[in-house]
Amino acid sequence: MRRARAAVLALLAASAWAAPGDARRSGFEDMGASTQAMQREDAMNPAMLWAAEGEQLWGRAPSASSRSCAGCHGEPAALRGVAARYPAWDEALARPVDLNTRINLCRQRHQGQPAWPAEHEQLLSLETLVGLQSRGMPVAPRPDPRMAPHAARGEALFRQRMGQLELSCAQCHEERAGGRLAGSPIPQGHATGYPIYRLEWQGMGSLWRRVRGCMAGVRAEPFAAGSVEFTQLEAYLANRAAGMAVETPGVRP
Amino acid sequence: MAARTLIQFPATARRGEVVQVRVTIAHPMESGFRPGMDGRPLPRDILRRFACRYNGETVFSAELHPAIAANPYFAFHLVADQGGTLEFEWQGDHGFAQVERRPIQVA
Amino acid sequence: MASGSTPRRRLLLQAGAAAAAQVLVRPAAAQEPPALAALVAQFAGPQKVREERVKLEIAQLVDNGNVVPMRVTVDSPMTADDHVTEIAVYNEKNPQREVARFQVGPRSGKADVSTRIRLATSQQLVALARMNDGTVWAHKVDVIVVLAACIEEAKP
Repeated sequence: MRRARAAVLALLAASAWAAPGDARRSGFEDMGASTQAMQREDAMNPAMLWAAEGEQLWGRAPSASSRSCAGCHGEPAALRGVAARYPAWDEALARPVDLNTRINLCRQRHQGQPAWPAEHEQLLSLETLVGLQSRGMPVAPRPDPRMAPHAARGEALFRQRMGQLELSCAQCHEERAGGRLAGSPIPQGHATGYPIYRLEWQGMGSLWRRVRGCMAGVRAEPFAAGSVEFTQLEAYLANRAAGMAVETPGVRP
Repeated sequence: MAARTLIQFPATARRGEVVQVRVTIAHPMESGFRPGMDGRPLPRDILRRFACRYNGETVFSAELHPAIAANPYFAFHLVADQGGTLEFEWQGDHGFAQVERRPIQVA
Repeated sequence: MASGSTPRRRLLLQAGAAAAAQVLVRPAAAQEPPALAALVAQFAGPQKVREERVKLEIAQLVDNGNVVPMRVTVDSPMTADDHVTEIAVYNEKNPQREVARFQVGPRSGKADVSTRIRLATSQQLVALARMNDGTVWAHKVDVIVVLAACIEEAKP
């Protein structure tokens, strides 16, 4: 299984993350060769420290009276394809949720544990482990009519000018993608590698952390972690990147 | 509690083969120059030394300074001459000390 | 940026520069670090430094100065009679000149070491190798470091 995966990854590494003829580019293409090498090889990807931690957490029951993740899900590989279809609809909350909200809901509903706060190291570790199971698969949000109005709202947010600087996501990541901002290349902003090991953070972080940085950068009030608004934006981004390969865990500058 | 590590090298090697060893350890390598939220520098907390011993003999070692990036990564080489144990040791500020051992097989 | 109003662009760049200035705070009591040449001379002692046989591989334009992959290789057979004993890397403009020092030997098989380093700004790096016969060899490289555009504070 590992060898087959390695072969698939080697093929993917040789080709682009989007199909030929597709105008979409992963942020991977905008990085220098040595940063790309860090992502390409598990022995060089610092995010694998978090994946290894995730594997430990997966098999450990959080308390004597609760099950471990493995107790319900079996092996992590059983979640192959799951990260690729998030964010997804949650029946009980009657709204879309992203992957780390879903992990926290599992903790609360099935393990009797409190939700981890945003960017908690253990939450990132599990998010990395689950995301890794979808690596190489196409981003594939399920066509769910309940998600459609939320993804539409997410697109509106993507195009809405925000903050004191009155800039929208689209103005940088659509109109000026390929250009530069203060010396750094502007990527198209496809969220295919999250959670990522970001060189700027010298650590691991979720898409929410990255978007918070962007929103603070334009002097806007960032969306709250796990909020409906943020999840709507995420739902739009998933549709926008549909078909591109999941790169989790990515490395980015 | 031990820091997370990633250690990779060929589990089996041919006698005399030069193999590459790649290790990563989770550690913030707080340089002592980075300002905290109050503007004052956060205190230095770094790893100072790394060594790899092959059946007890040091085959690679390093002295580290704040210029080494967080979650330090090293790749180096060794000649696989006999089966046995590779021992990896990190030492750092505030009494940080960690040892990891892995078997190596040589055909 | 191709278009967009000038005041906004200036604000962004100023915000970036102001934040960049906060990235490094040198403690008030610190003295000015020695020049790079002094450290090279100290490593070499009475030996002449020859700029051959050593190759310091590093991106010319780094993605982020916090984590810069670096590799040093030395052309040496690494036999008992002819091998590298140590490799030192120094920088020109970080708060401290030393980056790392590596000890290798015949059991290494190859003098080929990689790590990841921090670079505060665009500057020169030097990798020095000392052989078992005492000779010293070096390679100097200039690196350009661009600061991240939107710098956030430490994670809450």
